[in-house]
Amino acid sequence: MDESDIRRVTTRIAHEILERNKGAEGLALVGIAARGDDLARRLASELDRIEGADVPVGALDITFYRDDIGMRSEAPEVHETRIGFDITDRTVVLVDDVLFTGRTIRAALDALVDFGRPLAVQLAVLVDRGHRELPIRADFVGKNLPTRIDETVRVALREVDGEDAVYLGAPGGWDERGGSA
Amino acid sequence: MNKHLLSINDLTSEDVIRILDTADSFREVGTRVIKKVPALRGRTVVNLFYENSTRTRISFELAAKRLSADVINFSTGGSSVAKGESLKDTALTLQAMGADAIVIRHSSSGSPYALTRWVHGSVLNAGDGTHEHPTQALLDVYTIRERLGRLEGIRVAIVGDVLHSRVARSLSFALVKMGADVTLVGPPTLIPPDVAAWGVQVSHDVDAVVPKLDVCYMLRIQRERQRQQYVPSVREYSRLFGLTTRRVAMLPEGALIMHPGPMNRGVEIDSDVADLPQAVIEEQVTNGIAVRMSLLYLLLGGSAPPPGRAEDSEREEAGADA
Repeated sequence: MDESDIRRVTTRIAHEILERNKGAEGLALVGIAARGDDLARRLASELDRIEGADVPVGALDITFYRDDIGMRSEAPEVHETRIGFDITDRTVVLVDDVLFTGRTIRAALDALVDFGRPLAVQLAVLVDRGHRELPIRADFVGKNLPTRIDETVRVALREVDGEDAVYLGAPGGWDERGGSA
Repeated sequence: MNKHLLSINDLTSEDVIRILDTADSFREVGTRVIKKVPALRGRTVVNLFYENSTRTRISFELAAKRLSADVINFSTGGSSVAKGESLKDTALTLQAMGADAIVIRHSSSGSPYALTRWVHGSVLNAGDGTHEHPTQALLDVYTIRERLGRLEGIRVAIVGDVLHSRVARSLSFALVKMGADVTLVGPPTLIPPDVAAWGVQVSHDVDAVVPKLDVCYMLRIQRERQRQQYVPSVREYSRLFGLTTRRVAMLPEGALIMHPGPMNRGVEIDSDVADLPQAVIEEQVTNGIAVRMSLLYLLLGGSAPPPGRAEDSEREEAGADA
């Protein structure tokens, strides 16, 4: 995926969110750091462009809710959490870049309920690469990308990486022949 | 990062920044309705306090609980220690009960180092004799960075009984490591003889130092020092080295007033001064929880051997000791 693919997909997901929820009333976007929060902000500006809706955006770090703390040699790096609104009785759309095992989303759901009791939680992802280890599925998917479990998928976003792209990496390293997905 | 936190000198400046940045995230946790995260679920943290310390113990206890760790408070009065148990045997007992971290406060300098030889878990120094109190220094550095936005080049005076103060040692080391400009101020009897190696300046004149400060850090004067003749009288000490309203007026705009607590109001700090808006003493306490959460998370969150391999790693450690 390149920059224009990502732009089109973001626009489509924004439309789907509005269609599914019959407008932007009571919606909130919460992006999972890192990169999910940037995608959430992009979706919010799309929602604003399409419907003139001012949807609150938050960033959620799930590090403290991971199920593998203490199984790694270093404590995982922590990002910023910033949810400056009450999520109770809102429909929260969780936003992440890649959906893989589902463990991040499991952690995010646990984290989210510590902030309040949302009316509903939906999930939007840029890429679904399969290989779920938990019963979790996305409501809005930018692109289904069949992968082998030992391949790597990397999403680059302008806000953090200086470019918009999705890369599929061969096992053990990045596909340097421009193997963009 | 190291497995233990015994001294500020165990940390690189990158480690310090990582601890402070992680503490930022934990401060956010402290603002939530539910101020608790599951990061250290199933871990056991023991507070082993051989000296009384309400605030440090409570701060560590709250930090561990907000990380969902189980906390055991082992204070020495009325315990097996009162029955004559040695530090080593107490340590081995706690070890046998599966302590993942031991937070120790002890009147003997260096005792946390001894503890690391007997236990497999992490050891956190919560104050050892006149040696160090690294978590206090880190929460102070955090508070300064939070308020002033930087550490490099800031001018800090640490005023009072530097000689007996583990806080002054740890804080000096931490600030110098982060590029701050530190001046120790006190009567010559209360300045340690080895300060030349600390990378700090020394002054005996508060009035000369105060007008150039970003942070004025007051140490508690321990009244028993007067009996030991380090200071002629508490009143004279207070007049020469106390932070009075007159001296606060000489501080530059925006300078912070700090104190590790507990304060002797009217001795090292005037009661009115302690309640000024630029006195961030309560913020230090609040930040202490976040910084200690950060430390417990960083030390324990990456330290455990994979399940089922505990014995292997024990053997490796035993091998490394030999």
